Amino acid sequence: MAEAKLKVVMAGPHVSVQDGGRKGQMRFGVPASGPMDRRAFAIANAALGNPLSVPAIEVSMLGLTLDCIAGSVTFAVCGGEFRVQLGSETIGSWAVATLREGDRLAIGMGPWGTWCTLAFAGTFKATSWLGSVATHSLSGFGGGKITTGQELVIKDAQLRAHRERPIVPPDWTRPEVEPRVVLGPQTRFFAPETIEAFLAAKFSLTDSYDRMGVRLKGPALPPEGALSIPSEPIVRGSIQVSGDGVASALLADHGTTGGYPKIATMLDDDVSSFAQNRPRGEVQFRAITPEAAVRLARERAARQAGFLERLAGGR
Amino acid sequence: MPAPTPTSPRIIPIADHALLVEFGETIGEAAHDAVLQLDQALTDQPCQGFSEAIPAFVNLLVDFDPLVTDHAAVEAHVRGLLGTTRRVVHAPRLHEVAVCYEAPFSRDLDEVAERKGHTVETVIAAHLLGDYQVSMYGFAPGYAYLAGTPEAIQLDRKLQPVRDIEAGSVMIAGPMCIMPTLTMQTGWWVIGRSPVKVLTGDPTRPFLFDVGDRIQFKRISADDFARFGTQAGGHG
Repeated sequence: MAEAKLKVVMAGPHVSVQDGGRKGQMRFGVPASGPMDRRAFAIANAALGNPLSVPAIEVSMLGLTLDCIAGSVTFAVCGGEFRVQLGSETIGSWAVATLREGDRLAIGMGPWGTWCTLAFAGTFKATSWLGSVATHSLSGFGGGKITTGQELVIKDAQLRAHRERPIVPPDWTRPEVEPRVVLGPQTRFFAPETIEAFLAAKFSLTDSYDRMGVRLKGPALPPEGALSIPSEPIVRGSIQVSGDGVASALLADHGTTGGYPKIATMLDDDVSSFAQNRPRGEVQFRAITPEAAVRLARERAARQAGFLERLAGGR
Repeated sequence: MPAPTPTSPRIIPIADHALLVEFGETIGEAAHDAVLQLDQALTDQPCQGFSEAIPAFVNLLVDFDPLVTDHAAVEAHVRGLLGTTRRVVHAPRLHEVAVCYEAPFSRDLDEVAERKGHTVETVIAAHLLGDYQVSMYGFAPGYAYLAGTPEAIQLDRKLQPVRDIEAGSVMIAGPMCIMPTLTMQTGWWVIGRSPVKVLTGDPTRPFLFDVGDRIQFKRISADDFARFGTQAGGHG
């Protein structure tokens, strides 16, 4: 079977192997991990005609440069707005193209976005843990970080010329500046005026940002008497407030329990577009009811499924 | 809002996909037993769209697929499970976990003894006498919180965390005992090290303990530690 070999010339921090994630293990301290932007990840695989959650590379803001040293393979890049160079040619940030022996693919920081997916028409070989290659950044379990000098192997590498084209990213793949939240589960530790301040203010993301979460800058949200709460379960998208009133958003590689109160929790789908904001980008959280949150989740899922279906079927 | 109790929990919606079922606000056996019972009941009778549950000290998070169900339906299912007569809780397993309390594995043992006004042997004996239960996992894969450290050797965490504490260290703070699975920075007191792997590497049973299991520590020498795992049946 055809094989393509890619040499990593430069990998920024937090570039890692991901797949659809490792679900169902939170009770053992294992978050699902998987892509920071699940939508872009699914779009990249759909554009190639792949199943939506097969292994791919998640590229961080500081980019990735690869040399194709053997074989050739069609690939897709999706997510954010990165600068993508294939050989001497600049291709769109959202595109399907083919990498041939001797080509260099350079994905670098562009005007917006923090994470992008590089998917392949073939089987990207990576180490699996608990049935998934998704990298858990704290432990390094799973496929692992992509590092400079490493050689990547795509088995059954295919050329899918009929899929080569720019992809028009839908509006909903832009960074979300008004992430929807449901308040709680620990609002009882915050005075009503603190919750008001949380919803009225703009928060900016800080440089303290990785796959586990991002610290936010904004008004202090002092919790009341919460320093001794027993550690409680955490989900992706929790907005946790430490004892000094500083909020953080917990993301793909979040701890599964923790003793700080959570003032609000982002809708699962909003976590993807929230994560495309960059440090110093501003967001304002919008509270909705749990019922509205479920309705929105269903509408969004239908909209995304429709887009992915058209893209996967499109020739 | 009235405080939740083991018989009258508080149920709070989380985002579009989960509920937090709270049986208390402070750590206690009754609240944790209620967590374990609901966890077991959900395993036996999951609702439509059930994804997974995360048990913690006093509450259980129930995660669900919002495309299939919603908060109200899951809450009704959970309340139904609470209302039924007490079902048989599957018997927790008892694990014997080997610990070596010798140098260089026990960097804080002397200080724990000094702070508590005991001899080192008394601290070790107290630690061995504890009846430990896996309360929950958190922080990192396989990072199990074991409740049951006897009062005689309980200490608050150190003021400053210490870097590069090795995986497998047996550490105590307050009523808890932990064996980290990764090298970490921590303010817990390191009194020994265990050769037992909580991340087993066995795909059919990747985590040695289930939440609710009981642990009995067993003292081994540094020689036993070095030999551990070379004989069959050395695990568990």
